[in-house]
Amino acid sequence: MFALLLLASTASLAGAVSTLREAESGEGLFLELFTTSSSYIYSFATFLAFLGPLAGIALGFDAINNERNMGTLNRLAAQPIYRDSIINAKFLAAAAAEGVMVLTLGLYVSGMGILLLGVHPTVEEVLRVAAFLVLTWVYMAFWLALSILFSVVCRHTATAALSVLAIWLFLTLFMSLVAGGLANFLFPTEGIQGFSNMMANYEAELALNRISPYYLFVEAAVTILNPSVRAVGIITTSQLSGAIDSSLTFGQSLLLIWPHLVVMVALAMAAFACAYVVFMRQEIRA
Amino acid sequence: MEAILETRGLTKRYGDVTAVDHLDLTVFSGEVFGLLGPNGAGKTTTTLMLLGLTEPTAGTAVIDGHNCTRQALAVKQMVGYLPDNVGFYPDMTGRENLLFTGRLNSLSEEECAARAARLLERVGMTAAADRKAGTYSRGMRQRLGVADVLMKDPRVIIMDEPTLGIDPEGVRELMELIRKLSTEDGRTILISSHQLYQIQQICDRVGIFVRGRLVACGAVEELGRQLESEGRYILELRAEALKPLKELLEVIPGVEEITESVEGLRIVSSRDVRREVTARVAAAGGTVLQLRQSGGDLDEIYRRYFEKEGEAHDMDSHPSEGGRSAFRLPWKKRAQ
Repeated sequence: MFALLLLASTASLAGAVSTLREAESGEGLFLELFTTSSSYIYSFATFLAFLGPLAGIALGFDAINNERNMGTLNRLAAQPIYRDSIINAKFLAAAAAEGVMVLTLGLYVSGMGILLLGVHPTVEEVLRVAAFLVLTWVYMAFWLALSILFSVVCRHTATAALSVLAIWLFLTLFMSLVAGGLANFLFPTEGIQGFSNMMANYEAELALNRISPYYLFVEAAVTILNPSVRAVGIITTSQLSGAIDSSLTFGQSLLLIWPHLVVMVALAMAAFACAYVVFMRQEIRA
Repeated sequence: MEAILETRGLTKRYGDVTAVDHLDLTVFSGEVFGLLGPNGAGKTTTTLMLLGLTEPTAGTAVIDGHNCTRQALAVKQMVGYLPDNVGFYPDMTGRENLLFTGRLNSLSEEECAARAARLLERVGMTAAADRKAGTYSRGMRQRLGVADVLMKDPRVIIMDEPTLGIDPEGVRELMELIRKLSTEDGRTILISSHQLYQIQQICDRVGIFVRGRLVACGAVEELGRQLESEGRYILELRAEALKPLKELLEVIPGVEEITESVEGLRIVSSRDVRREVTARVAAAGGTVLQLRQSGGDLDEIYRRYFEKEGEAHDMDSHPSEGGRSAFRLPWKKRAQ
């Protein structure tokens, strides 16, 4: 999994470098390493948005049920440790591994970018990248917690893996379709009424999209990595009037995505809490 | 003798099914206690409750003054549990698996290594200790399981079906090992099993467990006497005679029931009829090949308790025949 991510990062890095070489140098070139894609390959941030969940799922889907199938769970539970230590350890160990994974990838892309392009980051850019990596880590932790939940609920590892993968596919690929369709159904934009519905339509679609952690992550990642993104969601012209046309500072960007971060942390914690409760109430027997 | 393990009114229900029904059990320090019963009698549930892995619906279990539900950690510190079909991490060697258990019991690294080496030697696994546990046979896993249980140096050991799926030689070795754990180390051992014959040899006392209830408890001989005092004598007879034996013997006063089977006749009577039986067979020109008074033997004891229970519950209407025949298997083997 790590090798796959490394490969993906290298590919995206190559794409970004080749694109950026042609571009004239400007401000925030370093950050563009993470977000720029060439015509044939995704950017690093997009790759993480797709593959981060997979890494989380890979580490968590067999956490509990594999122990059960091997017959080691009751042996483990018979040792003088609290039962929740087992599931806590499963989560913390995998989360730590993901932390290391994310950090390594981030440093690798930054380092290679510096070497290949000769750009040097400012303090603010380093902070932005750090925030992005933390965001990625939380995002992966959510998928990890979700897959641990399924590993507690499902007896077979294959069932657990397939269930989480199904959820991942749905939220990543189809949620936007569902959100768009549902918003159009609730607030049709055709006809006379359409004009008054447009705002509501867009807001409904956005709200539905934001159910998906994938959308939350992408939105937040774009905001934190791109200082010129000034708002998430819709802004009216009246709101824009009088605004100074400049990039946001790190603090302001962070403020903008703070709700996203909080929601993702909450999602991860909720998923883990469910797994925890189910596990604690479950029978320990082979 | 001092009681080390005590349960009072221990009950576990799963919905409508009562797995364990008001179990009152006392195990004394240093003894080997056999918990016997057919599959699904609630033996495993009982052991899980003793370790605090399952919460009882009602009642309490206490091991050495610690409540098994509330102070599970203190209990698990001194109670070793060998589950049936014990598993090990297949990508770790046997020794590494033991070291892992040692660390979970907060032993120092040196202590872990020394103890693991000593225990591997004791269960005869030294040669295979550095092979991956995934390559072990079932018997080897079971022996490693015993070593694993001993890593924490427990005062009480609970074993769930330790002899299941092991060849006779392996069973003999295992039984010897278990017996030694009691006699040499002074550990208290609770074995749950349905394999009567094997357990009979090493248990100080047995408890017979049917449908969640303890129907009898005591030393094997004691249970035998208990049954005899109920006034039932059982004879097993093999004889050759010209006339059908059944007709011949039915007329003896006191004989209540005669059943025929491949092994011979089984005569149930309210008094000792051995003399009359031999006399009648001889008078009819037959020869007694074998006459055995049964009882005092665990199979017999078990069978009778089980039959009594079965009648009370109208056993045959329940689909637990599997458990019943599994039980009879060792008895049939012995009779051959």
